[in-house]
Amino acid sequence: MTQMSAAEAAAEPRSTIRLSVNGKDHVLDVPDRKLLSDVLRQDLELTGTHVGCEHGVCGACTVQLDGDPIRSCLIFAASAQSHEVTTVEGIGDDPENPADVQQAFIDSHGLQCGFCTPGFITTIDAFVNENPHPSEEEAREAISGNLCRCTGYQNIVKAVQRTAELRGGCGQDCCGKDAPEVSQ
Amino acid sequence: MKPSPLRIHRPKTVEDTLELLAAHASDGKIIAGGQSLVPVLNMRLASPKNLIDITAVEGLDGLTATETEITVGALVSHRRLERDPGAACANPVLGEALGHVAHPAIRNRGTTVGSIAHADPNGEMPMILALTGGRVKVRSLTGTRTLTADELNVGPLETSLEPEELITEASFPSLQPGQRAGFDELARRSGDYGLAGVGLIMSTDNTDFASTSDRADYVDNVDPASSGAAGTAATITGLKAGFVSVTDTPDIIELDDVVAGTPVDRVDTIVDAVASAIKDFIDPEGDIHASADYRRHLTGVLAGRLLKRLSRPKNARGVSVLSGGQ
Ligand SMILES: Cc1cc2nc3c(=O)[nH]c(=O)nc-3n(C[C@H](O)[C@H](O)[C@H](O)COP(=O)(O)OP(=O)(O)OC[C@H]3O[C@@H](n4cnc5c(N)ncnc54)[C@H](O)[C@@H]3O)c2cc1C
Ligand code: FES
Ligand code: FES
Repeated sequence: MTQMSAAEAAAEPRSTIRLSVNGKDHVLDVPDRKLLSDVLRQDLELTGTHVGCEHGVCGACTVQLDGDPIRSCLIFAASAQSHEVTTVEGIGDDPENPADVQQAFIDSHGLQCGFCTPGFITTIDAFVNENPHPSEEEAREAISGNLCRCTGYQNIVKAVQRTAELRGGCGQDCCGKDAPEVSQ
Repeated sequence: MKPSPLRIHRPKTVEDTLELLAAHASDGKIIAGGQSLVPVLNMRLASPKNLIDITAVEGLDGLTATETEITVGALVSHRRLERDPGAACANPVLGEALGHVAHPAIRNRGTTVGSIAHADPNGEMPMILALTGGRVKVRSLTGTRTLTADELNVGPLETSLEPEELITEASFPSLQPGQRAGFDELARRSGDYGLAGVGLIMSTDNTDFASTSDRADYVDNVDPASSGAAGTAATITGLKAGFVSVTDTPDIIELDDVVAGTPVDRVDTIVDAVASAIKDFIDPEGDIHASADYRRHLTGVLAGRLLKRLSRPKNARGVSVLSGGQ
C-alpha cells in the first residue's frame, strides 16, 4: 500500500465489524475496504491463509464460508459478517494431531513449500464432505481452481483420495457408494 | 489494502437499497458476490466511493422452477442454481452452462444475476439469458421495468441499466415438450473463461422426444448402443444458437430454415450447414491464446458436436441420451 497522508487516513471510512472465525467471535475496527484475507492475516494473525494473486485465480486464500470454499481475497471483511468463517487453522492447528486432510497430505507427499497448501486443505475438506467417494477425475476437477507451483498435482490428487479413505470412504469411485470398503 | 478507500453500506431491505443507490448514483456501485467487481477494485480499474452490499437484503434469494420458467433472485449463487433439481428439470441448459463458470469456489459466492449485470461477452450466463429468451426485472425508486437480454445488453461489459437500478431477479423460460437444449465449451484450463462456447435449443415435432423431466439423463452416462426405439421418430423443427467469447454481446442466431424438416436420425446431413451458418454469424477476436480463425473453427466444431448429441435417440429406459458430448 502506498503511504497515506494523515488527512487521508482520517477520511478513510472504517467500521466496527463482528466476525466469527473458527468458532470464535471477534469485534474489530477495520477500514471498510479491507478484504477478509487481510483481516484474517493482519488483524487476527491467522497467517495460515496465504495470498498469491489477489484476484481469485490461484486459490491460495481459500477459506470456508458457512462450510463452502470461497476466495477470501474477493470478499470484504464487512461482507463476511453473519457468516461462519473457517480457515486452515480451524481445520487443524496442532502439528502433533493433524486433521485428516492434513494427514492425507503428509501420507501422499502432497506438499513441498506449502504456500498453496492451506487453500487446498480448505477446498478438499469441503469437497470430501460433499463427495465421500471421489474418482480420480472428480478429485482432479475438485482442485482445478487451486494452483501449486512446486509439488505438481499427482500427489495432491492422491491426497484428495487419501482424505476420503481416512474418512471411511473408499478413496476411489467405488460402485457400492453407500457400502465403502476401506483398502490398505 | 488493494482497493482505494470506500464505504460499504449493508442495507437489509430492497427499499433501503434503492434509496442508497439513488443517493450514490454518481459514486456508488452494487456489490453482490464480488467475484467480478472485487478483482476490478483490487486492480483499481474502478474506484467507487460507495459500495452497496446487497448480500444481506431480504427477499432476493428466491429460486423457483415451474413448467413455464425458472426465476432466480439476485442473491442466488451460481452454485445453488447449478445444483437445483427443479431448475435442472425445467431447463438443463442452465446447469450445463454453469458447470463451465469458473471454479466451484467462485461459483459458491458469485451470483447468476451479478454475472448478467456484468455483461461479459466471455460469460456463460448472459448468453443463456439471451438463448432461452429470458428477462430481468429491474427496480429503482421510480418504478419497475422488465428487460429482455436484447434490451439489457448494449455492448461488451455494458448494459442499459441506470446507476440507481437494481436487478431483483432474472427469469429463464423452461424447455417445452419436444425441445432439447445443451451447452459446450472449450477452455484452456478447467474453470477458465472459454476460448469459445456454444448453447443450442433444438425444437422437434415429437413432444415425447424430450420431456422436461429428463434431467438425470443429461448427467447419466448411458450407452447410445442400448437405445430403444422410443422417441426416435422426431423431426427437427427449429434451432437457436448462442455463443460465449466469440460475439460482442450475447447475440442469438435462429437456424430454423437450415434445420427444419430434418429427422433427428439424419442430423449428419445438416451438421456442416449449421456449422457454416454459425461461422458466418460470429465475430471472434484473436488474442495471445487463440487466433480469430481458430475460435471460428472451434465454434463450428462445438456446435456440430452439440447438435449431434441433442439428436441422439432416447435409450431403452425411455430417457434421452444426452451425455458424453463427443
Ligand atoms: C477467477 C475467476 C474466474 C471466473 N471465470 C468465469 C467464467 O469462466 N465465466 C463467467 O461467466 N464468469 C466467470 N467469473 C465471474 C463470475 O461469474 C462472477 O461471479 C459474476 O460474473 C458476477 O457475479 P457477482 O455476484 O460476483 O457480482 P459482483 O462482482 O458483485 O458484481 C458484478 C457487477 O454487476 C453489478 N451487479 C451485481 N448484482 C447486481 C444487481 N442485482 N443489480 C444490478 N447490478 C448488479 C455490480 O455492480 C458489478 O458491476 C470468474 C471470476 C473469477 C474471479
Ligand atoms: S489470493 Fe485469492 S485466489 Fe489468489
Ligand atoms: S507446495 Fe509449493 S506451491 Fe504448492
